[in-house]
Amino acid sequence: MISYKDVCKSYGQTAAVVGLNLEVKEGEFFGLLGPNGAGKTTIMRMTAALTPVSSGVITVNGEQLHRDLVKVKQKIGVVPQYSNLEGELTAWENLEYHGRLYGIPRAARRRRIDELLEFAELTERQNDPARLFSGGMQRKLMIAKTLMHDPQILLLDEPTVGLDASVRRRIWDLLRQIKARGLTIFLTTHYLDEAQILCERVGLIDAGRLVLADAPQNIISGVGQYVLEYFSDGHTSQEFFADKESAIAAARNVQGDFKVREANLEDAFISLTNRDLGGNDEV
Amino acid sequence: MRFSAIIWKEWMVFKSRIVSTTLAAIIGPLLYLVAFGWGIGSAVMVDGISYTAFVIPGIVALNSMTTSYNWVANDINLSRIYAKTFEAVMVAPIKMSTYSSARILTSALRGVYSAVLIILIAFAFQVWLPIDWYFLLVLVLNCLVFAVIGFIIGLLVDSHADMAKISNFVIVPMSFLCGTFFPLEKFPGFLRVFFELLPLTQAVKGMRDGFAAEGSLIVILVLGIYMLVLTPIAIKLCQRSE
Ligand SMILES: Nc1ncnc2c1ncn2[C@@H]1O[C@H](COP(=O)(O)OP(=O)(O)OP(=O)(O)O)[C@@H](O)[C@H]1O
Ligand SMILES: [Mg+2]
Repeated sequence: MISYKDVCKSYGQTAAVVGLNLEVKEGEFFGLLGPNGAGKTTIMRMTAALTPVSSGVITVNGEQLHRDLVKVKQKIGVVPQYSNLEGELTAWENLEYHGRLYGIPRAARRRRIDELLEFAELTERQNDPARLFSGGMQRKLMIAKTLMHDPQILLLDEPTVGLDASVRRRIWDLLRQIKARGLTIFLTTHYLDEAQILCERVGLIDAGRLVLADAPQNIISGVGQYVLEYFSDGHTSQEFFADKESAIAAARNVQGDFKVREANLEDAFISLTNRDLGGNDEV
Repeated sequence: MRFSAIIWKEWMVFKSRIVSTTLAAIIGPLLYLVAFGWGIGSAVMVDGISYTAFVIPGIVALNSMTTSYNWVANDINLSRIYAKTFEAVMVAPIKMSTYSSARILTSALRGVYSAVLIILIAFAFQVWLPIDWYFLLVLVLNCLVFAVIGFIIGLLVDSHADMAKISNFVIVPMSFLCGTFFPLEKFPGFLRVFFELLPLTQAVKGMRDGFAAEGSLIVILVLGIYMLVLTPIAIKLCQRSE
């Protein structure tokens, strides 16, 4: 379990995180959403003891994390926003290094490397240096590497950014498999569809503040299950309804093109924040 | 053990680049030897010995210093700023004292490796160095001291563009002011005391004069003090670095 109590982080004059209060429960799949610069990476870095909090307390399984707290760090896996692979080392050697770093005995280490190379679909490329891998392969290797030591808590910072649709879906599958093993997963993302599909609970962070945290379904039903979308006066308007019938009834009064569909997390967020936070399905 | 994990990784990295590392380590000293050794070596006597015999221990000390310093300084700096591999270690269950000492030791070993290469080249030039336990001890201490300094600087400097400039202020002055190429006796007194206390001066002196010479224990003492003072600073910085 990860718990945040009045956590603040400032870089000089910049307040990156303001008064964060949150609990990520054991075995939960929690997603943190927010636009660029909202403070997602900062929260991840504080949780992994990569940067200290300015005030407040973060505890992991009841203990306050710090750089030399070996016992708790053994249970955490971190997949950062940018590659942290040893580029000169091969895929196999990257996993071996991680296994040694986390003190896994040789036999178990070798067995796990084979399993995880398979899991990440990298068995054929295991002897190539990691620096030659594509972005998607690197990300899969980073996830595999983090699973080497069987963590209880997995922190992932934008695990699918910059990946094509099929690799993205493959990573979702991997994360679901991991979740099925009972791990606590805490990820950040820009993608609302990703959050809606994967996460049991999402938190929206904007300018360092946690605006809300709830199950995607609750957030959607809070604004309405169905959305009527129509184009008039040069812009797209949305109206929310509790059921399909009332949405269709309302659509009769609309002139021109309209669409009635199930509301998704993006609609809900746009309605809640009353502004479009970015293109397509990005927050 | 976690310590051996770092050693293993450093060894794999070293192995993957062994040819270029080796060539890079010998090109400088080879040129020094050709220029100073053959160029002026036989014609000039310093302190009663040929200049070649005088300058080679200096070159061994100088080169092992540069190698020990450069590898860890640049690697730590790059792994913090670009490769982000530093973060992978910071989140791992390894004590920062373990990590720091493994990195310092491996970089020092690279320094020792480069020293061995020069000694072999010197043999090829028929210059025999007085290699004994004392010589090796001074060599290792010299490498350790400059690996610690490199580690600290790699942690402190936040822009890789500044690394080369800062190294210029550490390495270049030492190269010329530590009795490597000429005896320190030529400097005026007040400067001499300062230069005498620089670690490279002591290392050069130890390697050149040997255990029997006056002040041989002071060499060990000075280098040891540098280690004892700088290592805890390096570990502290490692615990705090972001
Ligand atoms: N090391 C740092 N020094 C100074 N300011 C920083 C540092 N790291 C982050 N910040 C600032 O903190 C704020 C939050 O940044 P953060 O990287 O956490 O955002 P993010 O939500 O991860 O954004 P993105 O979606 O772009 O990854 C930004 O204003 C950023 O400029
Ligand atoms: Mg980020």
